[in-house]
Amino acid sequence: MTRTPACVLIVEDELPIRRFLRPAVEAAGWRLIEAETAQRALLEASQSGPDVIILDLGLPDFDGIEVVRRVREWSSVPIIILSARGQEQDKILALDAGADDYVQKPFNVGELIARIRVALRHAASQSQPSANPTIVAGDITIDLHRRVVTKGGQEVHLTPLEYKLLTTLTRHAGMVMTHRQLLREVWGPGHAEDSTYLRMFVRQLRLKLESNPTQPKHLQTEVGVGYRFVTE
Amino acid sequence: MLPDGWRTGNPVDTPDCSLHVLAHLHTIQRINKACWPHPDLAPNQACTATLSQGKTMADSRPDPDALLARAQAAETHPRRGRLKIFFGMCAGVGKTYAMLQEARERCAAGADLVVGYIETHKRPDTDALKEGLEELPPRWIEYRGVRLRELDLDAVLARRPGLALVDELAHTNAEGLRHAKRYQDVLELLDAGIDVYTTVNVQHIESLNDVVAQITGVPVRETIPDSIIERADEIELVDIPPDDLLQRLREGKVYVADQVQRAAEKFFRRENLVALRELALRETAARVGKQVRVERAGRGETRPWATAERILVCVGPSPLSARVIRIARRMAAAVHAEWLAVSVEPPGQSELAAAQVRRNLKLAEQLGGEPTVISGDRVVDEILAYAVRHNVTKIVIGKTALPRWREWLRGSIVDELIRRSGEIDVHVVKGEPEDIVAVRTRGERRHANWREYAAATAAVGLCVILATLAHPYLPAANHTMIFLAGMVFVATRYSAGPSVLASVLAALSFNFLFTEPYYTFVIYDPSLFITFIALLITGLVVSGLAQRVRRQAESIRTRYHRTFALYFMSRQLAAAASIEALAKVAAKHVADVFQGDTVILGPDSTGRLGVLAVSGPFAAEPTNERTAAQWVFEHGQWAGWSTDTLPASQAIYLPLVASGKALGVLALRPRRPEPPLEPDQRHMLETFATQLAIAMERAAFASQAEAARREVETEHVRSSLLSCVSHDLRTPLAAIAGAASTLVDEPAQLTTEARRELAQSIAEEAGRLNQLVGKLLDMTRLEAAGFRLQRDWYPLDELVGAALTRLNSILQPRRVITDIPEDLPLIHVDGPLIEQVLANLLENAARYTPRQSTVTVAASAVASGVLVEVIDEGPGLQPGTEKAVFRRFVRIRPAADRSGTGLGLAICEAVVRLHGGQIGTENRREGGARFWFTLPVPATAPAGLSAAGQSAPSDQDFRAPTPEATK
Repeated sequence: MTRTPACVLIVEDELPIRRFLRPAVEAAGWRLIEAETAQRALLEASQSGPDVIILDLGLPDFDGIEVVRRVREWSSVPIIILSARGQEQDKILALDAGADDYVQKPFNVGELIARIRVALRHAASQSQPSANPTIVAGDITIDLHRRVVTKGGQEVHLTPLEYKLLTTLTRHAGMVMTHRQLLREVWGPGHAEDSTYLRMFVRQLRLKLESNPTQPKHLQTEVGVGYRFVTE
Repeated sequence: MLPDGWRTGNPVDTPDCSLHVLAHLHTIQRINKACWPHPDLAPNQACTATLSQGKTMADSRPDPDALLARAQAAETHPRRGRLKIFFGMCAGVGKTYAMLQEARERCAAGADLVVGYIETHKRPDTDALKEGLEELPPRWIEYRGVRLRELDLDAVLARRPGLALVDELAHTNAEGLRHAKRYQDVLELLDAGIDVYTTVNVQHIESLNDVVAQITGVPVRETIPDSIIERADEIELVDIPPDDLLQRLREGKVYVADQVQRAAEKFFRRENLVALRELALRETAARVGKQVRVERAGRGETRPWATAERILVCVGPSPLSARVIRIARRMAAAVHAEWLAVSVEPPGQSELAAAQVRRNLKLAEQLGGEPTVISGDRVVDEILAYAVRHNVTKIVIGKTALPRWREWLRGSIVDELIRRSGEIDVHVVKGEPEDIVAVRTRGERRHANWREYAAATAAVGLCVILATLAHPYLPAANHTMIFLAGMVFVATRYSAGPSVLASVLAALSFNFLFTEPYYTFVIYDPSLFITFIALLITGLVVSGLAQRVRRQAESIRTRYHRTFALYFMSRQLAAAASIEALAKVAAKHVADVFQGDTVILGPDSTGRLGVLAVSGPFAAEPTNERTAAQWVFEHGQWAGWSTDTLPASQAIYLPLVASGKALGVLALRPRRPEPPLEPDQRHMLETFATQLAIAMERAAFASQAEAARREVETEHVRSSLLSCVSHDLRTPLAAIAGAASTLVDEPAQLTTEARRELAQSIAEEAGRLNQLVGKLLDMTRLEAAGFRLQRDWYPLDELVGAALTRLNSILQPRRVITDIPEDLPLIHVDGPLIEQVLANLLENAARYTPRQSTVTVAASAVASGVLVEVIDEGPGLQPGTEKAVFRRFVRIRPAADRSGTGLGLAICEAVVRLHGGQIGTENRREGGARFWFTLPVPATAPAGLSAAGQSAPSDQDFRAPTPEATK
C-alpha cells in the first residue's frame, strides 16, 4: 500500500477511552484526530477530511445523532457509533440517521479495529467500483455481472427479490443494515414497516445459502435492529 | 287522665337529686342534677357518652359490659358535642330566657359561644339578655312569597364554636334546607363536636304526644323522637306555676301568633296547664332517675332494682296499634325494660295493611322498641313462640274492634292469647282512634278493566251455547254444571268484579233459558232457588280464593325476584376483583332492580368523591347533587329523594358502610320521582348497598394484602440486590483495581509474562462486571412500570441463530445441535427479549457443562403454542431446586467458574411470563439438565405467512420483479 495512511476521527469526551484507543489506532497504521465535543467534531470532519469517524453518542454539547445528521448533509464518510446505549431503538435511530455501524461499550479493541477496517474498505469500493464484480463469502460466490449465485460450485436459484436483497446486503458487507434501510432499498419506500416479510425473505435466503440455517455464518441477525452480511 | 302505665313511673327518690329555687324575675324552679358531671367537664367523659347511647341506658347491665360500652362509646365519638335541653311544659315559661341566662354565665366564664338561632319574640327582657352574645346571621328562605327565618346550619359548622344556642328544637324547617327537622340540624352540630343548648316543650315529645292531645284537645304536629331526649346530656326543667303563667299571658308577655289565638285560648286553660306541668315534671324526674342509675352502674354499685322485664307489643295494621305501642312504651319506660314490637304477617296480606303495619313498626322503632315482622298463619302461635324465645314477661295487645259476630265466628285472638299465655302476663289495652292519616298505597287493589268484564260475559255466553246444544240430551239440572265450570274459569283468571258479573249472568241466563217457565225470570221450583244461591256463593268463594292465591303468588314472585337479584349480584360481586369492577356490577344490578339511573361514587386520596361506575345517563354532576353525595359520605347517613335530608335532590344517596367506615356512596335516581320509596324497597336498597360495601371492603383488604406482599418481596429483592452489589460488584472491581495498581506502581519488577497475566485478569474481570451490569439493567427494565413488549412476528430459528452467533465464543468448543422443524409457526414476540432468553439459557448451559459436550436447542409445536428446549449434558440440578433457580440472585448448581450473576434465569422467567408462557427445568434421565419454555401462538398469524417455510412468500406479494430478471 502506497496510499497515505487513512485518517480516523475519534469523537469521545472520555479521556480514558481516548487514551487506550490512541495506541491501538496508531498501531494499525492510521492517523488519528481527536475531538471532545460535537462542535469540535463537526469542525474536524469538514476541515481535516477524515476517512472514518468513530462517534460517541453522549457528548457534552449535543447528541451524537445530531452530528451524524449534519455530517450526512454533505459527506458519505463512514461513521461508526461507539456508545454505551445498548437498546435496539438507539441503534436503529443512529443507523437510520446515517451511521454505518454500531459498536456498544464496553467493547473489544480488536473488534473495533476490524470494524474500522471494514468501513474503510467499503468506502474505497464505493468510490472506485471494483474491477472484479464477484463476491466470495466462504463457499458462496456471487457473480454480479452474470447475476449467478453459486454455493459449493452448485448454482442456487434465487427469485429476483431474493437476489436484490442479497446484493443489497453484500454491498454493505460487514456492516449492519436496519430493517427500514433494507426494505426501502429492496422494496421501495412504501414498505418500510413490513419487517415480518423481510424476515421471511432472509429466512429463505438462509435456507438456500447457509449450510446450517439455524447457525448462520454469513447472513447474521442483529435482533431487533437488522442484518449483517459477513464474508469471512 | 294519665294512663296507668304512666302512673307507675318511678318517683324522684334519689338522694343525689336536689331541688332548689332560683331567685329570678319569675319563680323558676330548676330540677338540676347535682349528681351529674359538671357541664364544664370534657365532653368525652365516659358517662356523657353512655348517656348518648339510648340503648345502654335502657338496660343498664352489670359492670364489665357497661364499662366497656362506655369506654367504646367514648372512643368512637371522641369529640361528640354535649346536648343540653331547656325543658318546659308549654310556651311562655321562660325557657329561652333561662337558656340565654346560662349562656351569659358560660360566656363570662370564657366559653366560645355563638347564638345560632334565637326566637325572642321581641320581648325586651329577653332581647336584652341576647345583647353582647355573638350571633350568627340567620338564613332567609323564600317560601311561597314568605321570607322565613331559619338556622344557618352551615354557617355554624363553619364557625365551629364550642357551644351553639339553637332555640325551638321541635321546629320544622322550611323546604329547601338540608334537613326536614331542626333536631336533625342539632344532631349534625353535635356530631361535629359542637355543644348545643336548645329548648323544647313537653307536648313535642313523640311518646307523650297522644297524652298531650288527650289533655288539651289540641293536636301537636311538630314532634321530636324520644331518642333525642334520651341522647341529651342534661335536661333542665324551666318551671312556673300555672297561675303565674296565666298572669303573664294576660299581661301579653307570652308570645302567641294571631292566627292561632283561638287554639291558644283553648290550650292555655288552667286545668290543661296543671296537667302539662305534671307531665313535664314527671318526664324530667324519670330522666333524672335513669341518670342516677347509669351513674351507679358506672361506679360499680349494685343495681338498685333488678328488673328482667321484657315487654312485647302486638302490632297490627289498625291505626289503633299506634296507641297500643305508645302505652307499651310507657310501661317499658316505667320498669326500665326492653320492649319489642311484633307484627304477624299472614300470607296474602294486602299492600295497604302491610304499609300500615310498617308505619306502626316505624313508630315503635322511633320510640325505642325493637320491631320485628314474623310471617305465619296462626297469629297466637307465632306471638307466643316469639315471646318464649325472647324471654318476654309481658305482652301488650290492643282490644280488637271486630264486630261481635265475627269474634264469635272466628274466635278472638285476645281470648286465645290470654288462655294460652301461661307464665306471661297479657295486658289488654283499649284501642281508641287516633289522628292518623291513612297512607294510601298505589295499586293496592287491582282494578279489572273492561276486557275482563267482556271476557267474563263471553265465558257465560259460551256456557249458554254449550248448554243449549246439550239441552235436548241432558236434564236441566246438569246445565248448572256447565255454568259452574264457566264461572270457576272466570273466577280463577280474573278479579272479583268480573267473577260476580259471571255468577249473576250465569244464574240469570240459567233461569231465563233453562228453567220453567222458559224465557222468564220467574222461578217455580224452590229447589232451583237454592241452586242459584249456591251458584252465586260458589262463584264468589272461588273468586276470593283465586284472588288470594294470586296475591300470594305475586308477593312470592316479587320476593323471589328480589332474592334472586341479590343472589345474582352477590355472585358477580364475588367474581369481581377491583373496586371499579365491583361498582360496575352493583350499579348495573341496582339500576335493573330499582328502575333508575345508578351512580357509585368513591373517594380519591383527598377524600373527595369521584365516579366509580355509572349505569344510565345520570352522573350526579350538578353541584347540589355532588354536595348531597359528599354530605352522605361524610356523615354516613341517607339523604336525598325519599328522605328527610335534602329531599329536593334528584336522587337518593346511601353511604356504603362496612365495618363502620364509609367506603363510598350509592346514588339512585328514579325514572319517576313518584311514588317515593316504600320502606321495604329502602330496606332492599340498603341490602344491596351493604353487599356492595362488604365486597368493596374485601377488595380493599385484598389489595392491601397484595401491596403488603409486594412490599415484602420488594424488600427481599432490595436486600438481595444490596448483597449482590456489595459482593458481586466489588469482587471484580477489587481484582481490576489490584491488578491495575500493580501495573502502575511496580512496572520495573514485573516480567513481561506477569504483566500480561495482570492485563488478562483486568480484561476478564471487567467483562464479568459488564455482564452483571447488563443483566441488572435488563431486569430493571423488565420490572419498570409501564414496560411494554414490542411484539412482532419472528421465525424462531432466526432468534436461535442470533443467540448462537452471539454466544459462539462462550459455547466453543462444545457441539451445538439445533432441531427446529421448518414448518414451525411464526411466534409473536419481543424478538430481542426472546433472543436474550435463549442466550441466557445457552450461557447457563455453557457454564455448567464440560467443554467436550453437546448442547441441543430443540423446538416443537405443542397445543399451547411453541415449546423450546435447551438440553445439556452437564451434572444436572440438585433435586428440589427446579423452581428456586428462576429466583433472583440464586446460584444453585456448583459453578465451574464463578462468573454467574444469579440473574440470567430470573430474566428468562420474567420475559417468558410477560409473554404469557411458562418456563421450567428438570434433570434428564440420561443425565444433564433440560430447560424449557413455551410461548403461546395467537390464532391469527399475518396473512400469507401462517406456515413459515412451507409456503414461502411469493415475490408477487410485493413489487413486480425487476426488469433484469434472474440468471
